[in-house]
Amino acid sequence: MEKQYIDLYKTHHSLIKQHAAPVMNESRDASFALFEKLGFPTTKLENYKYTDLKEVLSLDYGLNVRRLDFPVDPYQAFKCDVPGIQSYLYFVVNDAFYPEYNEQNAELPKEVIVCSLKEAAEKYPDLVAKYYGRLSTQKQDGLVAFNGAFAQDGFFMYVPKNVQLDRPVQLVNIMRADVDFMANAHNLIILEEGAKAQLLVCDHTVDDVRFVSNRVTEVFVAENATYEHYKLENTHIKTTNLSTLLIEQQASSNVLGNVITLHNGLTRNSIEIALNGENCETELCGMVIADKKQQVDNFTSVLHNMPNCHSNELFKYVLDDVSKGAFTGSLYVAKDAQKTRAYQTNRNILLNRTAKMRTKPQLEIYADDVKCSHGATIGQLDEQAMFYMRTRGIPYEEARLLLMFAFTADVIDNIRIPALADRMKMLVEKRLRGELSKCEGCTICQ
Amino acid sequence: MLEIKNLHASINGKEILKGLSLSVKPGEIHAIMGPNGSGKSTLSSVITGNPAFEVTQGSVVFEGKDLQEMAPEERANEGIFLSFQYPVEIPGVSMVNFMRTAINEQRKYRELPPISATDFLRIMREKKALVEMDNKLTNRSVNEGFSGGEKKRNEIFQMAMLEPKLAILDETDSGLDIDALRIVAHGVNKLKSPENATIVITHYQRLLEYIIPDYVHVLHDGRIVKSGGKELALELEARGYDWIKQEVAV
Repeated sequence: MEKQYIDLYKTHHSLIKQHAAPVMNESRDASFALFEKLGFPTTKLENYKYTDLKEVLSLDYGLNVRRLDFPVDPYQAFKCDVPGIQSYLYFVVNDAFYPEYNEQNAELPKEVIVCSLKEAAEKYPDLVAKYYGRLSTQKQDGLVAFNGAFAQDGFFMYVPKNVQLDRPVQLVNIMRADVDFMANAHNLIILEEGAKAQLLVCDHTVDDVRFVSNRVTEVFVAENATYEHYKLENTHIKTTNLSTLLIEQQASSNVLGNVITLHNGLTRNSIEIALNGENCETELCGMVIADKKQQVDNFTSVLHNMPNCHSNELFKYVLDDVSKGAFTGSLYVAKDAQKTRAYQTNRNILLNRTAKMRTKPQLEIYADDVKCSHGATIGQLDEQAMFYMRTRGIPYEEARLLLMFAFTADVIDNIRIPALADRMKMLVEKRLRGELSKCEGCTICQ
Repeated sequence: MLEIKNLHASINGKEILKGLSLSVKPGEIHAIMGPNGSGKSTLSSVITGNPAFEVTQGSVVFEGKDLQEMAPEERANEGIFLSFQYPVEIPGVSMVNFMRTAINEQRKYRELPPISATDFLRIMREKKALVEMDNKLTNRSVNEGFSGGEKKRNEIFQMAMLEPKLAILDETDSGLDIDALRIVAHGVNKLKSPENATIVITHYQRLLEYIIPDYVHVLHDGRIVKSGGKELALELEARGYDWIKQEVAV
């Protein structure tokens, strides 16, 4: 399964490097060597035991190592799911940053840089070199290593010291190809001291082919900075979305991650947040609504490396048909990370007997003065509440919907952008009603 | 209005109602009393269509329609209301959303358009005043974090909103202090009309000092074993249930 990619790299590594910035090439061979050693993750690995990638990764996918243009006008194709959010809007098509200038982004503060990673690596090599791969090259993970070997471009955002963005930045990832296709994007996000930014990542697919996207996103959040990362996945059933989000927090920083899967094929989100300074605040939450044969695996780790930090984790799944959900909440508290407060909750509803959920809290605590808790439940909708609502004249289907919607409400409550929260309520409701959550006139999320 | 004939009902294979008959006409208030475990709450569950209970024999007819054929929501929209002994908490569903959905489902059933926002708010305000319900409560999730008394008041508030033809009050007095009891009873009496009927299920006669029944029935071992006027309730209060059990046994 790995062989075709190993051969591809050996034959074309100079071509891959030629179409990528030197900064990204420095660790490329080492990443490849690591991938050669690890291969793609299998279910024999503890961290991947709930999601079998063999079937999807054994298929043949095209890669665009020559960086040919894919003809698509995202502004034509994409009608935003979240109108009214007035974001600074950017597109990545497959793994290439869409370069056209957008009027909507005119007011982006001058000192903030948003561009393709390749462009940033060429224009600001010192800045990119300081951060690129710092987190990802430490990972003993086949998918991350693969990305390090093959990624040539991605999204770059830099918010300098004390600059606070007034509006969210929106990154729309569009998968577009005529043949079964794989893209390896690498995103790099840097917030300096006291900076503030909100990023909304929307994953979409356009064409009716099989996609694999293997994205790695590195985020560096400096002292007193505030970063919010929202990910909304709305892709089609033939999509394999492998996403690794690595966040490093410095002292007194504040991070919110909110990962919502409304529609997908097979999704694996690996999220790791390292608290490397004191007094960090971390909120990590997510929601999954899945049916048919969809699979979603959220693998999360929060690393309390320093004292006096607070983290809170909340994931909720609603699974129907023969869908499969998995959640791992790995929590690590280092020996000297005293006064840590770390909480974790995973609640799941199975709507029938064939849907499956696997949940695994995994706490490793080496400090002795901490408050940590975890809770995981798998259940059905509350029959008593159903009956209560029906005695008020609310029909079965509607009562069910209200309960499911209520179940997911606290994840939406954790969205700090009001326009996005309102929109998300609507999208979730439509999704639960069985309509695809897409905008009027949207041609992307078919 | 309501005709129950020879009703047998069971839960998990255990028979609770063993041939109960009851007839309720518009404008009447019936009190059903009885010791614990006599089947009082089962009766309310069966009338409202709780899927946990199985009717094995007999009939329940409401305004000429066989209730057994109807889902709980249809029964509700036909005008049957149950004030729960233990109202259910529904975290995440706001009282306002819950009530608006219920009202609009009832209107849809009666082929009326959805209620306007202003009308809805006005009616909410009026009915809240009726049971002296705090504004804060309607901004919260259904029954979540409500005290026992607040939950019962909320039941009567919902009853006032939905204006049922037949209201069943299942142990509405339990857990209420005397002030709350008076407020709840006042609400029920205000809603009383010659067209609607009420069944009051209670263990004690206390509530019946405020809601005066036309008929009192004593339920024992799944059957109505004695019926009478409001004075029967007083007798039960004074003498307990044992004499009835003995009378039945003879």
